Amino acid sequence: MSGTESVAFDTPQRERRGDNFAMWVFIASEAMLFGAIFLVFLVAHIDFGRAFAGASKHLSLPLGTFNTVLLITSSFTMALAHMLALQRRWRATVWALLATSALGVCFLVVKGIEYGKEIQEGLAPLLGLPFRYSGPDPVHAEFFFGLYFAMTSLHALHLIGGIVVITGMIALWRTANPASRLGRVVAVGLYWHFVDIIWVFMFPVLYLINR
Amino acid sequence: MSTEALRPSSYLGEGAGPAAWLLTTDHKRVAWLYLVSLTAFFFLGGAFAVLMRVELATPAGDLVSDDTYNRLFSLHGIIMVWFFLVPSIPATLGNFLLPLMIGARDLAFPRLNLASWYVFILGSAFALASVLAGGVDTGWTFYTPLSTLYANGFVSMAALGVFIVGFSTIMTGINFIVTIHTLRAPGLTWFRLPIFVWTMYATALVMVLATPVLAASLILIVLERLFGIGIFNPALGGDPLLFQHLFWFYSHPAVYIMILPGMGVVSEVLPCFSRRPLFGYKAVALSSMAIAVFGFLVWGHHMFVSGQSAYAGVLFSFLSFCVAIPSAIKVFNWSLTLRKGEITFETPMLYALFFLALFTFGGLAGLFLAALAIDVHVHDTYFVVAHFHYIMVGGMVTAYMAGLHFWWPKLTGRMYSETWGRIAATVTFLGFNLTFFPQFVLGFLGMPRRYHTYPPEFQFWHILSSAGAVVLAVGYLMPLLYLGWSLFRGARAPANPWRATGLEWQTASPPPPHNFETMPVVTRPAYAYDMKGLKHERFSPHREEAAQ
Amino acid sequence: MSFGIPFAPPEASSIAGSVDTLFYALLAFTAALGTFLTILVVFYAIKYRAGSGAERTGERARSLPLEVTWTAASLLIAFVIFGWGAVLFLRREHPPMDALEIAGLGKQWMWEFRHSGGQREINELHVPVGKTVIVSLASQDVIHSFFVPAFRVKQDAVPGRTTHVWFIADEPGQYHLFCAQYCGTQHSEMGGWVTAMRPEDYAAWLGNQGKGDTLAAGGEKLFRALGCSGCHEKSSKVRAPDLAGIFGRPVALDNQQTVIADERYLRDSILDPKKEIAAGYDPVMPSFDGLLDEGEMQMLLAYLKSLSPQAPTKNEATQ
Ligand code: HEA
Ligand code: HEA
Ligand code: HEC
Ligand code: CUA
Ligand SMILES: [Cu+2]
Repeated sequence: MSGTESVAFDTPQRERRGDNFAMWVFIASEAMLFGAIFLVFLVAHIDFGRAFAGASKHLSLPLGTFNTVLLITSSFTMALAHMLALQRRWRATVWALLATSALGVCFLVVKGIEYGKEIQEGLAPLLGLPFRYSGPDPVHAEFFFGLYFAMTSLHALHLIGGIVVITGMIALWRTANPASRLGRVVAVGLYWHFVDIIWVFMFPVLYLINR
Repeated sequence: MSTEALRPSSYLGEGAGPAAWLLTTDHKRVAWLYLVSLTAFFFLGGAFAVLMRVELATPAGDLVSDDTYNRLFSLHGIIMVWFFLVPSIPATLGNFLLPLMIGARDLAFPRLNLASWYVFILGSAFALASVLAGGVDTGWTFYTPLSTLYANGFVSMAALGVFIVGFSTIMTGINFIVTIHTLRAPGLTWFRLPIFVWTMYATALVMVLATPVLAASLILIVLERLFGIGIFNPALGGDPLLFQHLFWFYSHPAVYIMILPGMGVVSEVLPCFSRRPLFGYKAVALSSMAIAVFGFLVWGHHMFVSGQSAYAGVLFSFLSFCVAIPSAIKVFNWSLTLRKGEITFETPMLYALFFLALFTFGGLAGLFLAALAIDVHVHDTYFVVAHFHYIMVGGMVTAYMAGLHFWWPKLTGRMYSETWGRIAATVTFLGFNLTFFPQFVLGFLGMPRRYHTYPPEFQFWHILSSAGAVVLAVGYLMPLLYLGWSLFRGARAPANPWRATGLEWQTASPPPPHNFETMPVVTRPAYAYDMKGLKHERFSPHREEAAQ
Repeated sequence: MSFGIPFAPPEASSIAGSVDTLFYALLAFTAALGTFLTILVVFYAIKYRAGSGAERTGERARSLPLEVTWTAASLLIAFVIFGWGAVLFLRREHPPMDALEIAGLGKQWMWEFRHSGGQREINELHVPVGKTVIVSLASQDVIHSFFVPAFRVKQDAVPGRTTHVWFIADEPGQYHLFCAQYCGTQHSEMGGWVTAMRPEDYAAWLGNQGKGDTLAAGGEKLFRALGCSGCHEKSSKVRAPDLAGIFGRPVALDNQQTVIADERYLRDSILDPKKEIAAGYDPVMPSFDGLLDEGEMQMLLAYLKSLSPQAPTKNEATQ
């Protein structure tokens, strides 16, 4: 037909607009997911602010900050990919996308190191692991770490999803025509920025609260 | 004499075989995939209900044990809500009709549409696995800390099933929103859309924005059960009421997912069989959006006696009364649509009129519940059970039946037996009232819900209700038979057997693979039944058939 | 007349009548509106059935004045019902003074009640007629709900907090007591009877029950056994607040805020002392979380409350 992927659209332009719009709707949906969990965190924080502040100090600020920098850089390379795709410089686009997902992988590795450290220190109240905590109010500190693991792992899952999609996109690069290449870069870009923004909220809430 | 031979261009003729169906991206075939799976779930959930009603015929717990009974109503609720009623009209009729009604070749994302069915099936697999493994005993509400610390069923598995099905709901929602925004035929402005499309739009919005909150609460439950994180566990500093807030923040909007599509169907059927435009079209269209928006603000009316602050209760009560107004507007508009019509009483019309009665009654019972002092007494009694069955079964399921009969010729290219249809509609209506009206009395008397045994003085009303359930079962089994029969033996349906105005009727029955031979252009408002050439034409499906 | 078929629950409390008035008013409204709509629809259906000779010309299919009228009318009626229900509901917050307080504890699957004199009963509750009874509710495990249909009262008992329900029984007799919140396997068996008795009968009944410790006395014993007195006694070496008269009093916290020492505050002070720290004290009090069951908690609270004799029996700030 006229170069659209879905039979429903008659022109690639309309299809691109549809894809883009769909991504925004999806992001609204995701925002409600994270919003709900943030809300739980904030309610708990109102109740147990002191315990949470104490527990928050046991997170590694250097690693967290480093990760924030990584993700912000990846957002930058993602924006670069978008720009290059607009200019139809496909080879460079692929490199920017690769850089983006590489930064994402780095983030996950660092996060993994951080998790490892926390498990070793006995801060992970998961799967019946022993919880050792020396600060005040260990009960609610445990609650804090529960939420910390829930929130960060949910975020990490989203990041993994993003990396998988980018990788898949590059693998299918040759089969796609220019219009759908651009459409995909834009859509994935929106998603990637969204996942970054979630982290940008999570970082201060988890690491910086009452420092 | 196969369908294919007669209509080479029908979507049904595009290859048979399991692969042609299981790998289809045609929205009309995906609708069938859903239709078959949802019907199976309806009868499974109905079978659980029948077992419950039999048990409740006597005050003692003599048929099944208490644990079994608890599993019955939990699975009944879980299956009926998430595996039947939430997807019911959107995933079947909506899927089939939305592109047809707006003059599009398909939904915006056909592959996403098929994927949503597979996700649905994956979720169902978890739910069914939890049934086979021994069931769940938390109620459909999964209240903590019962569900996290004390329940002895397979809670995580069922919760995971519901969680996964949520994704299929979100996928459908996104697909619908994008389709309605970007794929309307030339000339089809927002205020020319059929109300069914408006309600699909409102429903999709709620699906996309509310379902993730359910996902979040279920994730937290599973984390709590599997990983021991104490978010809802008071012993670990958590708060059990937090779960109720999250759950109802989803589930109250979700009840509107479970009624808006029904309202859409009825808004199509009533004008068609009255040969009148829908009264107050704009008010009906916008009230759907109002319901979708205000529906997000009233969740606390499920928690009046939970220990939330009394003043929060007052606020939520107030908002609940506000959210009732758009429904009131619709009821009046539907009734006035009949005025000056030329009314005939085919099966879809009968169902639609029964919907009108039962929904209104259930909605008015909702006002009792929203009135704080009364809710204190009837909360968690059969009064609530009666309220939501009036709306969900009497309202939504009845509307679903209306829609199924109305569009059956379009779906299959066949007519069903009108006589049997009318009999089934009437039996359902009578059986329904016999089943659920006594439950209002029971609730007012103080009969708590989710009770396996009960004091003997309540038995009279329980017997009526159980007897009604048997009649109701007959009412639902009949369409299974005569619709099934018509699938193979029914008379051929013309393109527009009801002389309806919607775009979906402008193409063949059943439609060709990409819906329209020539893409339509719209020049009229919806429901132009009063336009010349339509209004005074008597219609008779059978006459038209004969003419063919 | 009713052939033994019940149509309405007994009205046996001071508020039952007014709740029923609202209920029947709403029922009348529903019946009236239902009848009106039914007649309307049936009338149209007959008059405008296909082939009838009725006049059908004129009029667009909408009418703004009509739409505005019914929207406004529905709003008005809705607000009346809302206001009526809310006013009756808010009485829950303000029990009459001079009440008899009974501790109710829900656990899978029984209700345990303890009268202030220490009398204990399971799945039975004896109360005097004509006197305000406040049941303070706690739960040992999951959420339960205290429900007496004849009194038109219901309140969830939530683990980790104290909730209250009050009523004045005004008709001696035996009434169903249910657990209304689904709580697991034997949810439907979790209940029994509330017996409302004339005050003199109630006094006699209390007298016949085995004399145990009063709730407060039991709490005082616990106060010693758990070592609270070690810090909170005046002679103690640890500097800890004096708890005499604490209940109902405003307490200054170290974060510049002031809270009323209600049941929530006392409960949190014992289970989670670090959450709110009294101004001027070191946060050295250990948490007693896990060392007390709900029943013991109720006794401790009764004891602490007994140290403030003239405090209001139920604090409005609770819940
Ligand atoms: C499709 C599902 C559906 C729908 C549409 C509704 C619609 C409404 N519901 Fe319902 N409800 C449920 C499904 C639904 N409900 C379920 C499943 C539960 C129980 C969950 C559980 O605990 O398991 C429940 C429980 C429930 C409760 C909590 C009861 C309790 O647990 O104690 C309340 C309380 O306010 C309530 C109120 C309402 C109101 C005010 C409406 C309104 O939207 C109704 C509006 C309609 C009308 C009002 C009728 C038409 C109007 C007129 C004829 C004009 C006259 C009107 C006026 C004057 C205002 N519902
Ligand atoms: C959403 C849709 C929905 C639908 C369609 C129904 C349909 C029905 N429901 Fe359901 N119901 C709920 C949603 C629904 N329900 C929910 C959410 C709850 C709350 C659960 C909870 O407390 O957690 C509930 C609870 C509930 C209770 C209260 C249980 C309790 O609190 O103890 C009762 C009791 O009468 C009941 C009865 C019925 C009946 C008789 C039907 C009938 O309409 C069913 C009609 C269908 C049939 C009768 C099918 C016919 C098929 C056969 C006869 C085949 C038989 C085959 C075999 C036996 C193999 N339901
Ligand atoms: C190790 C000493 C110690 C023990 C044992 C102890 N407390 Fe305390 N308690 C304190 C101190 C110090 C404070 C003030 C600081 C604070 O608010 O945490 C306090 C505060 C309180 C308060 C709040 C009083 C106010 O004025 O705000 C209550 C109520 C209380 N304790 C009850 C108890 C009970 C009941 C027990 C036994 C179950 C107990 N305490 C055991 C030291 C103790
Ligand atoms: Cu306790 Cu139900
Ligand atoms: Cu609701």
